[in-house]
Amino acid sequence: MTQTKIKQPPRARPPRLDGFRRTPVGRLLFRLRDSYVLRRIGRAVFTVWVVVTGVFFMVRLLPGNPVSTYISKLTAEGMDYETAAAAAASLYTFDPNTPIWQQYLDYLWGVCRLDFGTTLSQIPVTEKIADHLPWTLFSVGLALLLAVIAGLLLGMAMAYRRGGILDHTASALGSTMHAIPNYLVALIIVTVGATQLGLFDYADMRGTVTPGVEPSFSPEFLGDALYHAILPVFTYFITTAGTWALLMKASTTQVLGEDYVMVARARGLGGRRIGSSYVGRNAVLPVVAQIATKAGFVVGGAIFVELIFDYEGVGITLYNAINTRDYALTQGILLIITMTVIFSNLVADLTYGVLDPRIRTSGKEVER
Amino acid sequence: MTALTPKPAVASQGMLYRLTRNKVGVAGFVIVGFIVFIAVFGPMFVGKISQDAQNTWAGPSAEHWLGTDYAGKDVFDQLLSGGGTVVYVGFLAAAISTTIAVVLGALAAYLRGRVDRILLQATDIVMTVPQIVLLAVLGAFFQLSSPTVVAILIGTLSWPILMRSIRAQVLTLKEREFVEAAKLLDLGTARIVFSEIVPNMAGFVLINFIIAVTDAVYALVGLYVLGLAPLSGANWGIMINKAWVFDAFSLTEGVMFMMGPVALIALLQLGLIMLTRSLEEVFNPRLSEG
Repeated sequence: MTQTKIKQPPRARPPRLDGFRRTPVGRLLFRLRDSYVLRRIGRAVFTVWVVVTGVFFMVRLLPGNPVSTYISKLTAEGMDYETAAAAAASLYTFDPNTPIWQQYLDYLWGVCRLDFGTTLSQIPVTEKIADHLPWTLFSVGLALLLAVIAGLLLGMAMAYRRGGILDHTASALGSTMHAIPNYLVALIIVTVGATQLGLFDYADMRGTVTPGVEPSFSPEFLGDALYHAILPVFTYFITTAGTWALLMKASTTQVLGEDYVMVARARGLGGRRIGSSYVGRNAVLPVVAQIATKAGFVVGGAIFVELIFDYEGVGITLYNAINTRDYALTQGILLIITMTVIFSNLVADLTYGVLDPRIRTSGKEVER
Repeated sequence: MTALTPKPAVASQGMLYRLTRNKVGVAGFVIVGFIVFIAVFGPMFVGKISQDAQNTWAGPSAEHWLGTDYAGKDVFDQLLSGGGTVVYVGFLAAAISTTIAVVLGALAAYLRGRVDRILLQATDIVMTVPQIVLLAVLGAFFQLSSPTVVAILIGTLSWPILMRSIRAQVLTLKEREFVEAAKLLDLGTARIVFSEIVPNMAGFVLINFIIAVTDAVYALVGLYVLGLAPLSGANWGIMINKAWVFDAFSLTEGVMFMMGPVALIALLQLGLIMLTRSLEEVFNPRLSEG
């Protein structure tokens, strides 16, 4: 450095909005703008809007506009153009004869009311998704919960006994399971576990429940649902738990080297106290932030796993929708899955703010 | 001021030593080398794969080392000739996504301000749309006919996470003296970013490139398994799809047709991850001391 920096006097605020800022309404608006939570929510809403808009134009850029194709198919079958266009409009939730901006506004309004049109079999898309999404959320959520708990505990244990047998085996297993794609693990489970070794009855465990069992809060139903979810949950679990353990180990190892842990030891605090309130809490933070970014990956992986285990969640529904060229349903599922991911990211970020007070007081987002 | 950039972290001498010190990493090198060798040179050893309709689902024999598939085609020959697409798309897609991540990440961190905000918002959006789901939808709608197109698509969808960590790295690097010196010399943004700052992250970028290869292979093979990429020709992903569609897993004789490509892809992914261990040790020598 050849020149020394002279401390600049604090720059005055731009005077443009200064008068407004002093009014009660202005004060409220500026506080809203400066609030981390609200800005984060605003960003999530913006992201949803961009994705929704992207999907709107993507469907309209499709080669062989599905609506025109459908109309010409119907007119070829002897239907007059108006009726055909109306049928196509109700089916694909857009009418090619209205101006594009109006289509766009109708579509946005539909999305706001969670109205995605009807499927090829004339069921409202929302209803179809509502039938299948709970199964995916149930299996993925259960697996995520189990994997995170197991991973965090294992990771901490690994960090405390670095270089031990547990550390080595868990590291090796964890990185192996992380490396192998989950659908291949699922295929290996089916091929080796069911066919070759006969460990379980794959044919019987397919589907979400045994046909004839009515959904209710009875032990029979819950037991049956769990029985059918075991294989998908197991697959998600073993392919992700190792990742959490490795992340938690790295994070804990770093925290263990911090000065405040040494100070706590010097103060003679018990190992348990240090482990939970000094190390655990600080080590969990970066891992929490990571869980959210991986959430989309887990949901995406559900397509493969559900297909292989014939688990009728939203993944398998999407697969069928794509194969039958059910555009309304495909579009609806894509949006719902994306919104789920955006929402879980939002929740994770806000939770992070609760866990880590620095993020709230500084008023600025932490650089990640 | 003789040299702006600090000494590279790795002295060229001892590089081979460091590279071979980690046993897991060496094993990774061997595995990846073996799979890439099969993928590249395998097809040369295989002539035309004949179809023997009389001999479907045959078990292993002297003639068919790993048996035959549903159409009576030799499984071993298919394994030898089917790796090219997987390896090609994996590496091309990873190269594309790594390049995008490095360029955007470095520029965002170096320029800050509005550019940074816009790019961060973009990563937010691209990151939240589940890649596999979007690929499946795009693949089905647009008929991804050539592997290169698939690679470009995968590459342009998977840069955000790496871009964020590159940005974080550049944020710390740009405070160093040599960057300050380069700025004083007025070298220009592009020169400072790409020939002064970025080379300092070479190891980090290389390791992330390898990880990007595994992600791309995951997405690509996934598309084939789902049957959403064109199923003409024969590669490991298509083999798994066919094995699944023709219920190979329920036949004892069909296990090779199913598990052969599964094993090779799983090995490739595992080998790549193991290989990063050695690279980490080379570029971050402190790790090996702990």
